[in-house]
Amino acid sequence: MNIIIAGCGKVGQKIAQQLHSELVHNITVIDVRPNAVQDLANQTDVMGVVGSVISMDVMEEAGIKTADILIAVTGSDELNMLACLLAKKLGKCQTIARVRKPEYAKVLKLFREELSLALVINPEQAAASEMARSLRLPSAIQIDTFAKSRVEIFKFCVPEGSVLDNLKVQDIVAKLNSDVLVCGVERGEETFIPGGNFVIKSGDLLSILTPIHTEAQFFKKIGLKSDAVKDTMIVGGGETAYYLASKLCESGVRVKIIEKDEKRCDELCQLLPKATIINGDGTDNNLLLEEGIETVDSFVSLINIDEENVLLSLYAKSVNNGKVITKINRIAYDRVIEKMDLGTTVYPKNITSENIIKFVRAMNNSMGSNIESMHYIIGGKAEALEFRIKENSPILGKRIDKLNLKDNLLIACITRNNRVKIPRGSDEFMVGDTVIIVTLHSGFDDIGDILNR
Amino acid sequence: MNSKNIRYILSLVLMCEAAGMTLPLICSVIYGEYDMVGIWIGTIALCFVSALILSIKTKTRKTMYARDGFVSVALSWVVMSLFGAIPFVISKTIPNFIDALFETVSGFTTTGASVISNLDIVPKSLIFWRSFTHWIGGMGVLVFLVALIPSNSSGSFHLIKAESPGPSVSKLVPKTKSTAKILYLIYIVMTLTQIVLLLFGGMKLFDAVTLAFGTAGTGGFSIDNAGFGQYSSYCQIVITVFMVLFGVDFSIYHLLIMRKFRDALKSEELRAYFGIIITSIILISINCVSYYSNLFENIKHSAFQVSSIMTTTGYTTQDFDLWPTFSKTILVTLMFFGACAGSTGGGIKISRILIMLKSIVKEIKIMLHPKSVSKVKLNGRVVEHGTVRAINVFMVSYFAIFFVSVLLISIDNFGFTTNFTAVAATINNIGPGLEAVGPTCNFSIYSPVSTLVLIMNMLIGRLEIFPIMLMFYAGTWKKP
Repeated sequence: MNIIIAGCGKVGQKIAQQLHSELVHNITVIDVRPNAVQDLANQTDVMGVVGSVISMDVMEEAGIKTADILIAVTGSDELNMLACLLAKKLGKCQTIARVRKPEYAKVLKLFREELSLALVINPEQAAASEMARSLRLPSAIQIDTFAKSRVEIFKFCVPEGSVLDNLKVQDIVAKLNSDVLVCGVERGEETFIPGGNFVIKSGDLLSILTPIHTEAQFFKKIGLKSDAVKDTMIVGGGETAYYLASKLCESGVRVKIIEKDEKRCDELCQLLPKATIINGDGTDNNLLLEEGIETVDSFVSLINIDEENVLLSLYAKSVNNGKVITKINRIAYDRVIEKMDLGTTVYPKNITSENIIKFVRAMNNSMGSNIESMHYIIGGKAEALEFRIKENSPILGKRIDKLNLKDNLLIACITRNNRVKIPRGSDEFMVGDTVIIVTLHSGFDDIGDILNR
Repeated sequence: MNSKNIRYILSLVLMCEAAGMTLPLICSVIYGEYDMVGIWIGTIALCFVSALILSIKTKTRKTMYARDGFVSVALSWVVMSLFGAIPFVISKTIPNFIDALFETVSGFTTTGASVISNLDIVPKSLIFWRSFTHWIGGMGVLVFLVALIPSNSSGSFHLIKAESPGPSVSKLVPKTKSTAKILYLIYIVMTLTQIVLLLFGGMKLFDAVTLAFGTAGTGGFSIDNAGFGQYSSYCQIVITVFMVLFGVDFSIYHLLIMRKFRDALKSEELRAYFGIIITSIILISINCVSYYSNLFENIKHSAFQVSSIMTTTGYTTQDFDLWPTFSKTILVTLMFFGACAGSTGGGIKISRILIMLKSIVKEIKIMLHPKSVSKVKLNGRVVEHGTVRAINVFMVSYFAIFFVSVLLISIDNFGFTTNFTAVAATINNIGPGLEAVGPTCNFSIYSPVSTLVLIMNMLIGRLEIFPIMLMFYAGTWKKP
């Protein structure tokens, strides 16, 4: 597909690199900063155009007439929306805009028709949703949902002395009597998609797939906390904090927000009547102790400076056993950060690019194949893809154990007539099934890709 | 420095060369040159084995950076020339290896300067190989590689950048691979068109193919002693037109294919290019009026010679060494101008000349109005300061190398005009110079040291100085 990315910031770069690695797209990037364009064009095989994204000449030079998708991810909401509008007028592409100001959230509902935006991404809101989800199940580090929220993939750390320690993957179902599937294991630097004989050790990061509402039972069985948090402390009162707090307040969690800026505190106080707003420096540990950092169920650091977030979370971990969530803006150092004990880390920029790529793939599919949804799991090293089986599918009516599958690949789940089923060797695929595939390969866009050619 | 990447590229280049040598092999079979068949097979095998040795343990490659791109391009050209020279030496056509290397480098860099004095005794397959090296070198072997290899590495554009001529290289389409493919497609189609047109003029197939290769790459090796006099005016005109066409920026053709005629015609470089050609033809025709009895002959020869020198091809229909001084001076000036950026031609390139002239005007303006803000523009776009700076540095290095080379080869004690034009003809990839290296003479007069200097000049000219200069800078070979 022909893709234009307007804006070469971190998100633009990430999207360009990710889409480029799929090899099938022709990517053009636009930015006003010549250096940003140059850098990206040097790193990745894309064409760069320097200029304003709302200039007609620039858009035409970038090939808007033949573009299939415009992804507007400049720093400014207004530019993004205008660029999408312009793209609509000049060509006939789908448009994606990043719009982050909450004021625009309502406006966009009105304008969505006129702007005909295919997708609006709000990084703060998306990050807040992810955080809220992991607060619902504090023992999980990451949660992704599939099959219209009927299936979830969890990542968690196997605690010491757990029943899972020294257990073979194939024995889990019998021993714990729960219908789960181990999709991936991270041990140190290594990542596995385990076979039945794989032995789990304590300290491993396990990604498991379960039908929804059974995860709490499973966590109880292996000796992890399974209740949702009852109260939470948020440091930093930005947009993410607002979105997160309003979500949590809705579900009855007690929220306490610590924010330095007095004006912002006033705003938050009006916006979030149920939350407790504290005006103070969140990095002051006396204040944190006074407000009960030692006894709170969960702690979320949402300051705009990564370093302070990391320090705060490390501190919270040291005084409290509860759930800790850390927001990290910079993507580049994720390997280092992954090694620290920060609980759940949330990268708003990754979430943004992930959502956009998911959309692009789905669109690519409407032109040929059939991905329903896609997530990066196991620390971004593997993809979980959801396919729908159509009449002409090459795997139709075949037993799973008779298929010649690629390595490092797992058929994780089949959803048939709204019933979720963890597949076993004797199962067959039928038309209308949705299938979740976990794989270390990338760039699959049809269920047929799982077979060895 | 990542030696794995570089070895990988080098091995691919050698594979390509081995593949390319199958054409002269076929040619030697057709013409019954049985002693040559063995030589070709041997050289192909040698290229192939060397490629295999180089490619050992290159499976795990890393991202290609700019430095790797430059180094692999420069090394590729050297390695390619070393292996390409082997058949000349073994067949005893050019027994001296340095002279054989000169001939091959002259082929790959599309110079067309020769050390062979009697072409009629050279095996046909070697003549074919010489012309074919022009064709490979014209668009560039690494551009060809990028078009062929399945590449998901992002560094492939660094290769094209280092090999393609011009002040700033841009892509035609988002993907480097597709860009390279489009370039080669245009190149191949134009070459075939020329071959067909020459065949219509009654030229023999061998002559048509080899001369078309020489024109396409803007090379200029002759193929026999008889020269162009044996062909009809029609053939000479076809070659004139195609020399001019191959000197045009290939992105203009892409614009034409995309039906963006207005954008194509807006190109200032294109206009200047044709302007200079037409003006030169008129001036030389007037100046040479007493040399030719017939006006058509006069214009035909001036046009052929102007196009040949301007596009740095170097074919000759006339011994222009006999022309009046004014005409000769125009030709020498054209040697430096060269063709358009992004074409197969050499020289300084019209766009560089334009940008330099414009920056002179700009500087004068700033002297008059010290606080004024003005920018150099080309095709209505501001030329970035970095590009202008790079051009200035290019020019300074160009002339520095030029004069050092003239100084070095003057040890052989030939006339100043000979030495000056010999360097001009090699660094600009043209071929013939004046006097002792004029159209009817050749470069075999120089001593081995001077020959090496001229070889360096050709490579420096073809790769536009910096890739070769980088090789002599110690920091290139250290860890970053």
